[in-house]
Amino acid sequence: MVADLIEEAVVQLLRDAVTALPPDVVDALRRAEARETSEVARSQLRIILDNIDAAGRLAVPICQDTGVHVFYVTGPVDASVEESIRSGVARATEEIPLRPNAVHPLTRENPGTNVAVGLPHIIYYPTDEDFLEITVLPKGAGSENMTALAMLAPADGIDGVKRFVLDTVVKAGGRPCPPTIVGVGIGGTSDLAVSMAKEALLRPLDLPNADPGLAALEEQLAEALNLTGIGPMGLGGDTTVLGVRISTAYCHTASLPVAVNLQCWAARRATARIYPDGRVRFGRSPFDP
Amino acid sequence: MILEAPLSEEVVRSLRLGQQVSVDGVVFIGRDEVHIRALERRRQGKLLPVDLEDGILYHCGPIVTRDSRGWKVIAAGPTTSARMNALEPDFIREFGIRAIIGKGGMSRPTVDAMKERGCVYLAFTGGAAVLAAQGISRVRSVEWLDLGMPEALWIVEAKGLGPLTVAIDAHGNSLYEQVEEEVKKNLPAARRRLHDMEQKSP
Repeated sequence: MVADLIEEAVVQLLRDAVTALPPDVVDALRRAEARETSEVARSQLRIILDNIDAAGRLAVPICQDTGVHVFYVTGPVDASVEESIRSGVARATEEIPLRPNAVHPLTRENPGTNVAVGLPHIIYYPTDEDFLEITVLPKGAGSENMTALAMLAPADGIDGVKRFVLDTVVKAGGRPCPPTIVGVGIGGTSDLAVSMAKEALLRPLDLPNADPGLAALEEQLAEALNLTGIGPMGLGGDTTVLGVRISTAYCHTASLPVAVNLQCWAARRATARIYPDGRVRFGRSPFDP
Repeated sequence: MILEAPLSEEVVRSLRLGQQVSVDGVVFIGRDEVHIRALERRRQGKLLPVDLEDGILYHCGPIVTRDSRGWKVIAAGPTTSARMNALEPDFIREFGIRAIIGKGGMSRPTVDAMKERGCVYLAFTGGAAVLAAQGISRVRSVEWLDLGMPEALWIVEAKGLGPLTVAIDAHGNSLYEQVEEEVKKNLPAARRRLHDMEQKSP
């Protein structure tokens, strides 16, 4: 795999992700505006949609919080991939520009490049395919700071999971920039649950869960969360969430981990598939196999 | 209504909850680290590089670029004000600011300090960074750039910065607390919705 090709694709991915939202997210925001009965909420959604238009016209970031960068990489992975992603992030930070968000956790020292120990965060899924697929999820802190994990008792069951999701969204209120997309990870280990909750956000809003039971649960949770009245920006209204996305994994027989990762309305994501002959295909979510 | 900085106590006290306004004039952009450093300087008896009295504080960490003509604000939406909850009452009392622009609202001690000193909270739509940048005509100066671009103290000139909603007034009222009360009332219905459909086992 040509290193330059990967670096170039990463810069393009970040540019696509931060300057234009995926069509499914824009559609969901438009439908929410049409549906809203609260005047304050409608005005918040109008401002959001106007801002998305302005960012697209000027080719600048939709939101000043361009996040920290989570990458999902599938394909034939070697050590050079990480190096190319890191140099792509540094270049994108300068060229687009992105806000230099990465700081030391204790000294708060800012290297200015978004590249440091642990960032960007890269998750690898090695495969035997000959192409490499890279998806980026730039994650802003307003929504990320509302992340919650509960190690429920197996007896809490599905009702416990529902209660925890509702409580987490209510507790977050207006802080994660609602309307949000609610990522939920159920099962696994504690760390896997948190990771699944975020990765679940990659599934577009117009693509139902492949599991009919989980699809129904997502619908039910979304309806209940929208009955809370938190509304856009926590100023009240019918639209608190744009959708709920659930991922599951098997867990220990004595455990029921559940994690919630909220995504602000600026749900930025982009995917590139890089073929060995140098072709690159760009999209807004992981491609079908 | 257009609010022109610096603001008088009289104008601030006249603002009503839910009213839409925009801002003209000098705005101080500062968030977490600006609060920490400014209060530390005050405790040490040192002056700040700018006088904040009667001014407007904007909770924001902007994207700013620099070319031969100087600084240019590219994206500058509001940040989550709640992170400053512990510091804001002191900040309002020490520096005499008259308005805070932010998102998500602030807790009761800040609402009380606002009532006591004559200060309001103006909610801007989170993420509306490009519209915000269009409401900032010029960067006048930057202080404490050693804190990094998002955390530095930016002194900018606003022209039509908004639309902003008066979400905490200078009389102890908070739109966020009102919504919270509504949410409490709505919770039983939301909980019922979670249980009124027998969940098929996934």
